[in-house]
Amino acid sequence: MKRFQTMSVVISLEEIAEGIYVLTLECPEIAKLTEPGQFVNVRMHDAHSEPLLRRPFSVSFVEGDRLELLFNVIGTGTRFLSTRRPGDAVDLLGPLGVPFHIDDTFETALLLAGGVGVAPFPMLRAALERAGKKVITLLGARSGVQIADRRLNNAYVATDDGSRGFHGSVVDLFHATVARNAILRPKIFACGPNRMLSVVAAAARTIGMDCELSLEGEMACGIGICQGCPVERSREGRKYALVCTDGPTFNSRDVVI
Amino acid sequence: MTVKTSFMLRHVEFQNRVFVASGTFGYGDEINDLVDPNKLGGIVTKSLSWKPRDGNPPRRIAETPSGMLNSIGLANIGVHTFIEKKLPFLRTLKTRIIVNIAASSVQEYCDVLALLERHDGIHGYEINVSCPNVKEGGLSFGTNVDRTREITERLRPLTEKPLIIKLTPNVTHMSEFARAVKDAGADAVSCINTLVGMAVDVRTRTPRLSTVTGGLSGPAIKPIALAKVFEVAKSVDIPIFGIGGITTADDAIEFLLVGACAVQVGTTNFVDPGASVRIAEGIAGYASSNGIDDVGKLVGSLKADVKASVLQTWL
Ligand SMILES: Cc1cc2nc3c(=O)[nH]c(=O)nc-3n(C[C@H](O)[C@H](O)[C@H](O)COP(=O)(O)OP(=O)(O)OC[C@H]3O[C@@H](n4cnc5c(N)ncnc54)[C@H](O)[C@@H]3O)c2cc1C
Ligand SMILES: Cc1cc2nc3c(=O)[nH]c(=O)nc-3n(C[C@H](O)[C@H](O)[C@H](O)COP(=O)(O)O)c2cc1C
Ligand code: FES
Repeated sequence: MKRFQTMSVVISLEEIAEGIYVLTLECPEIAKLTEPGQFVNVRMHDAHSEPLLRRPFSVSFVEGDRLELLFNVIGTGTRFLSTRRPGDAVDLLGPLGVPFHIDDTFETALLLAGGVGVAPFPMLRAALERAGKKVITLLGARSGVQIADRRLNNAYVATDDGSRGFHGSVVDLFHATVARNAILRPKIFACGPNRMLSVVAAAARTIGMDCELSLEGEMACGIGICQGCPVERSREGRKYALVCTDGPTFNSRDVVI
Repeated sequence: MTVKTSFMLRHVEFQNRVFVASGTFGYGDEINDLVDPNKLGGIVTKSLSWKPRDGNPPRRIAETPSGMLNSIGLANIGVHTFIEKKLPFLRTLKTRIIVNIAASSVQEYCDVLALLERHDGIHGYEINVSCPNVKEGGLSFGTNVDRTREITERLRPLTEKPLIIKLTPNVTHMSEFARAVKDAGADAVSCINTLVGMAVDVRTRTPRLSTVTGGLSGPAIKPIALAKVFEVAKSVDIPIFGIGGITTADDAIEFLLVGACAVQVGTTNFVDPGASVRIAEGIAGYASSNGIDDVGKLVGSLKADVKASVLQTWL
């Protein structure tokens, strides 16, 4: 798969929900090649070496030569991103990783996002709809003001504090949705904190649904050379897969999280 | 002005003095779309052992100020898969291939090297006696001068190619180890491997690496690495590969000035895959603009009074 290390140009930065930003970058090489579920590894410094390592971000949406990153500010790197201004250059390495598998024989995609795990879904949903799949989008957050539903019309919402939509976790909402509706040939796509993903994976196993996860984790290189991002495999053979090159998308049956 | 960038080690000529360090460039075929390895002096492969190794459980990396800790645990494909799957690609490159070997017994080092000797396309060996992240081998060899000498003595008769011993900085005097491996027939030493380090997550009160401690690399270690190379260069007459936190041509030149005959770029490959080639070009540019016709003339040309350094008390 072709990848580039290249300078993108900031088009805009927008706060789309409380503390959650969308950074739009012009980057023709990467925008043209990215598929849903892939990520870019973003350099967070220019002259000084602080913070040293790039940070991985899912490509949230692509339109022409532009791509969007969706993030919340949790540390130095994301603070750096949140202070970029139109015209600034941002060094990207990408597109990286294995895209979501959307060509299987399922008919209905259930998208489950926890917090900023929503990041890859705008692009995924557009691709699923183009492929003629029915899509049900479930978004969870701590509070209603943190629901990032831009480009995700008609999403069902769950909040921990009950301030918007369903009162509970996105996994609770998923169970309620599945119990109430007959869903034709479903496949789950889930992204969020690993502890949420492990609950989703267990639920999928119990009810026998196919389920694909987008994992997060520490990365140094993002391109398979440092061996820094292992995830335990559940199958014969190698003990670990690499999140950056074998993933970040994995069928929930293939990994132990 | 044309500048000579090449140098010889044993019978092997290297086109320039910039290499990529073991464990930071895979086996060359994972990153060649982002950087042209043919512009490097050489590639040092990820450490190879006789059998594949799974490596340590996650978390394996933690970022620290201007550096990173790793606890990969020598995850590698094993020498047989390397020969079958990776060597054919490496043979197509114009650059030199140094295979790095890590093992948990003296016999394993010998077996891996002897097997590699039967295959074309390898120009030298770097022996890792200094991995801080494995219980068997690794530091238990590299911090013991007799074991380090023994490994070198046993490997020397097995090959006519350059034999480079990669030393750990986690000892009091690296120069003692450099002298021992020189006496045992090594052609060069690599200084430095990572430093044992640690980071703690105060929220969870747990170490940030699964193995508690790990190896520190990156710009944070450059001053230490420079002092170590200086120490070895001043006390032992042996070619040195300077390693540790190199991100720019100036960083690399610092290493040459204090006495390294060549350098290896490590952690920087993760951040800026094209950096090593720019460093090689930058060194030639520096020589040229200073009227120096051979990069080799920079080696050890530091204008310094050793007596002004505390190092002289044990040199
Ligand atoms: C494949 C992949 C795709 C990703 N996509 C996105 C995305 O689209 N949007 C987004 O906002 N984030 C995404 N992430 C996570 C993102 O990379 C991290 O949030 C980012 O590295 C944080 O950098 P920082 O410098 O701001 O924080 P740091 O300074 O590195 O960390 C600040 C604090 O947050 C903790 N922390 C760091 N990373 C995480 C994490 N992943 N989860 C929980 N706590 C963490 C640290 O332990 C530390 O205490 C993705 C991660 C991966 C592996
Ligand atoms: C992720 C990682 C993996 C490494 N793996 C190896 C290895 O397999 N064998 C080895 O001899 N050194 C290994 N090293 C050490 C480097 O080759 C180098 O000596 C060290 O990182 C210092 O250089 P730097 O600061 O430029 O990274 C590794 C370093 C890192 C960061
Ligand atoms: S982040 Fe380096 S191998 Fe995955």
